[in-house]
Amino acid sequence: MKPVLRWAALALLLGVALAATAIDALPFKDAAQEVRFQNLTRQLRCLVCQNEDLSDSNAKLAQDLRYEIFQQMQAGRSNAQIKQWLVDRYGDYVLYKPPLKPSNYALWFGPFVLLAIGAGGVGIYLRRRAQPQAATGFDEDEDW
Amino acid sequence: MKLYVPLAIFLALVGLFGFGLWWNSTHIPTLVPSPLIGKPAPDWKLPLLYHPRQSLDKAQMLGRPYILNVFASWCFACADEHPVLMAYGRDLDVPLIGYDYKDKRGDALAWLAKHGDPYTQVVADESGRTAINFGVYGAPETYLIDARGIILWKHIGPLTPHVIREDLLPRLLKLGVHPKVTT
Repeated sequence: MKPVLRWAALALLLGVALAATAIDALPFKDAAQEVRFQNLTRQLRCLVCQNEDLSDSNAKLAQDLRYEIFQQMQAGRSNAQIKQWLVDRYGDYVLYKPPLKPSNYALWFGPFVLLAIGAGGVGIYLRRRAQPQAATGFDEDEDW
Repeated sequence: MKLYVPLAIFLALVGLFGFGLWWNSTHIPTLVPSPLIGKPAPDWKLPLLYHPRQSLDKAQMLGRPYILNVFASWCFACADEHPVLMAYGRDLDVPLIGYDYKDKRGDALAWLAKHGDPYTQVVADESGRTAINFGVYGAPETYLIDARGIILWKHIGPLTPHVIREDLLPRLLKLGVHPKVTT
C-alpha cells in the first residue's frame, strides 16, 4: 500500500471511531447513571426524525436534548421531572408511551372498541348459523 | 340477507380507509402541535447577530405584538421561505424578529447579505438552548407573540403567501394592527 493510501485509511478508521463514540461522550458519574440515561432516552422520541428515539438519533436537536437531559440528571432531577420538562416544550408527542387522558382515549381504547365490534359480529354470525341447523334437526325428526 | 353483512363490512372498511386517506392529505403527520400556544413565551435573552455585544430580550419586546421567525443558513427550506419574507415582512405592521438558530455568525451574516435581510432585528442562538424552551425542532418555524408576551400561533415549515393570508393575517387584524397585506 502506498504511504498516502495508508494514511488515508488510518484517517478514515479514526474518523469512524470518533463518529461511533461521539454519541455517548457524556461523563457519567457511574455505570448506573449511564443505564438510567439510556433507559430514559429510549422512551423519548426524536422530534426531527420521528421514528427514532432520543438515545440513538444523530440529529443535532437530539444531541442537544441528550446533553440537556444529562445535565438535569447531574442536577438531581427525577425521570418524571425530566419527562415533564420535555412535554412542557414539545407536547405528549415526545413520549413513546403517551399518558392516559381524555384527548388520548381513542388511542388507548380504540383497539378494544374495534375488538368488541368484531367479537359482536362473530357472535351474531355464529348464532345465525346455529339456527338453520336446529331447523334441519326438526326435519330429521319428521323423517323418523 | 347474507349478502348485506359482507357488504356492510366492506363499506365500513372503505369508509375507514377513505378517512385515513383524507386525513393524511389534509394533515402533515410530522407537524407536532405545540403545547405552548396560548401560554407565555419562555424568557429569552439573546445577542444581536449584527452587534453581538448587545442583546435583545423578552421584556424589551413586551408592549406590542411581534413575529419571531426561526431560520438558519444551513436550512434549505429557509432559502425557499426567504423571498416571501422579503416580499411581506415590512407590510405586516409588526416587528419581524429573525431568530438565527444553531448557526455560525459568519455563515448567517453571509447568508443574509446574499438573500437580503427582511428582519427588524436578528438575534442569534448559537447553542440552540433557548430554542429548546420555545419547542423549536426544525427550521423554519414562525411564532406570533402578542403584546403581553403570549404565544398566539406557531407555524412549522416555510411561510407561504397562502399561510400569511389565511392564517397570519386574520390573527394580526384581531390584534388591532394594520398590515398592508390584503386578503
